[in-house]
Amino acid sequence: MVRQTLDHTTSSQTRESSAHSATAEAPYSKATFSKEHLLLDELKGIALKVRRDIVEMTAQAESGHPGGSLSAVEILTTLYCRVMRHDPSNPHWQERDRFILSKAHACPVLYALLAHCGYFPREELRTFRKINSRLQGHAHIKTPGVEMSGGSLGQGLSFGIGAALAARLDGRDSRVYVLLGDGECDEGQIWEAAMAAPHYKLDNLVAIVDRNGLQNDRSTREAMDTEPLADKWRSFRWHTIEIEGHSFPAILEALEEAKTVKGKPTAIIARTVKGKGVSFMENNPEWHGKAPNKEQLEQALRELAG
Amino acid sequence: MTTAASTRETYGKTLLELGRENPDIVVLGGDLNKSTFIHLFAQEFPKRFFDMGPAEQNMMSIAAGLASSGKTAFASTFAVFGSGRPYDQIRIGISQPHLNVKIVVTHAGITAGDDGMSAQSIEDLALMCALPGFTVIVPADAPETARAVREAAATYGPFYIRLSRSATPVVHQNDYSFQIGKAEQLRDGPDATIIACGIMVKAALDASESLAQEGIRCRVLNMATLQPVDAEAIATAARETGAIVTAEEHLRHGGLGSIVAQVLGEHCPVPLEMVALDRYAESGRAEQLLEKYGLTAEKVAAAVRRAVGRKARPSGKGRPSSRRR
Repeated sequence: MVRQTLDHTTSSQTRESSAHSATAEAPYSKATFSKEHLLLDELKGIALKVRRDIVEMTAQAESGHPGGSLSAVEILTTLYCRVMRHDPSNPHWQERDRFILSKAHACPVLYALLAHCGYFPREELRTFRKINSRLQGHAHIKTPGVEMSGGSLGQGLSFGIGAALAARLDGRDSRVYVLLGDGECDEGQIWEAAMAAPHYKLDNLVAIVDRNGLQNDRSTREAMDTEPLADKWRSFRWHTIEIEGHSFPAILEALEEAKTVKGKPTAIIARTVKGKGVSFMENNPEWHGKAPNKEQLEQALRELAG
Repeated sequence: MTTAASTRETYGKTLLELGRENPDIVVLGGDLNKSTFIHLFAQEFPKRFFDMGPAEQNMMSIAAGLASSGKTAFASTFAVFGSGRPYDQIRIGISQPHLNVKIVVTHAGITAGDDGMSAQSIEDLALMCALPGFTVIVPADAPETARAVREAAATYGPFYIRLSRSATPVVHQNDYSFQIGKAEQLRDGPDATIIACGIMVKAALDASESLAQEGIRCRVLNMATLQPVDAEAIATAARETGAIVTAEEHLRHGGLGSIVAQVLGEHCPVPLEMVALDRYAESGRAEQLLEKYGLTAEKVAAAVRRAVGRKARPSGKGRPSSRRR
């Protein structure tokens, strides 16, 4: 397997394709990142398309979790389109970097990115949550590109530790990225894993907390106040970075910084807005696990028209 | 005179051998590494051994992560901490994606002994047999443990292997050939079949010998694999002997007896008696607990007599078993 470098100047593959194009975009491989190559407009375009996919998928399914999917769009877009080494034509490539969606209810954002990268045809997004689909209501390993079966919160960071330990045993330089919800940090197992990763000095592991401040019922502050969250990760001996989670430059910079940290894992607390990009969903816990109806979908798509 | 040998020590030694043969084997422990004998592996392969402390949820999910990257992950602790405690992690993280994780637990059942009921896993077989695709094995003795652990390592998929704290009477030769999912016929007779697993296999053999002196001749099946169960052997035994007794160190619900009852109901209903637990036990020495809670050769023999007695009754007129304590 040859590691490809994304050629930003000639890349037609990253251009917007029509919303339901059957053509899978060509794969992204490990991108050489430099600030000159940010191509922010390109990333923003992908993010907009992913947001439209999220609201369409949940609307078509008449269920699902748009809020916490929309809050993680920039994080996943950056990982899949700029940072991670992966090969959509070979999802089990052993040298790949791993992305693990611990908050597996946010699978619409993952499916949208996987389809964008070409792991499966875009039209398959319409089968989300429906019978005989590979796109389950919570991320499951049978979907090409999905690393972990989830659906019960708190397990992904531990799974990521396992993947990171395996990479180290094999002498692979694969990196492991785990996305956690901030509400998910109520789970005790997160803190078992938070203890174990620094104990094993896993500098190939990055935990990203989607700090959107809301959980299923209400705000994290009201439900279970986890502040000071960054201090908690620091006290567990993680290299901890706090960023604006919708800023591509900030996400890229944090992920690059993580690569330079030796002997300990990195936690990135990404401050985000739940429902980001759809005015009536933003900062409203009601949209944690509810699909837009037809009118709401139309309004959302108007707002996301770009 | 039957000798006894530790199944958990045999596990530790077998795992060490496997570690020498297969560099992709990794082992996880939960701060009980000497008790489970995985410290033998840890001493020789420290880089492939991961102590998670008593954090079993974390341990199971990390095992899943290792397995997803191509490792054969053995995770070992006491039965109570390797089944019920991290059940959600096993269900979603290991069973549903069908990952190559081998959960090998020790100190199962009431023979965990004086640590009391919290330490005595008597529900674990129900929990683990409820997971589709999980292979569940209860070896009868040390030779079978060695074979089962080797088979588990060589066979892709999730396994649960249940071992004991106490030394277990040896009923097999060292050249014994174990097959996953196949019942082993240890004795044959036309009057009834005793189906047992784990430490109750020896009790079943002892019962069959005392019954033979009364003229009741029994088939004895060692049903080491509870899932996938050898339904054919059960149905054949029912057809050919007409009465079944099960014996296990587990609750009546969801273990060997329940599984056998299900097979009989579907294929060949005959009188069935179960020798099993029906409540939580207490602190005590293993042999005291087995006696007090009815897991003895005498109780197995009594169950066979009842089952054989029910064979003669007109169908549907059998009274409910009166043996319940």
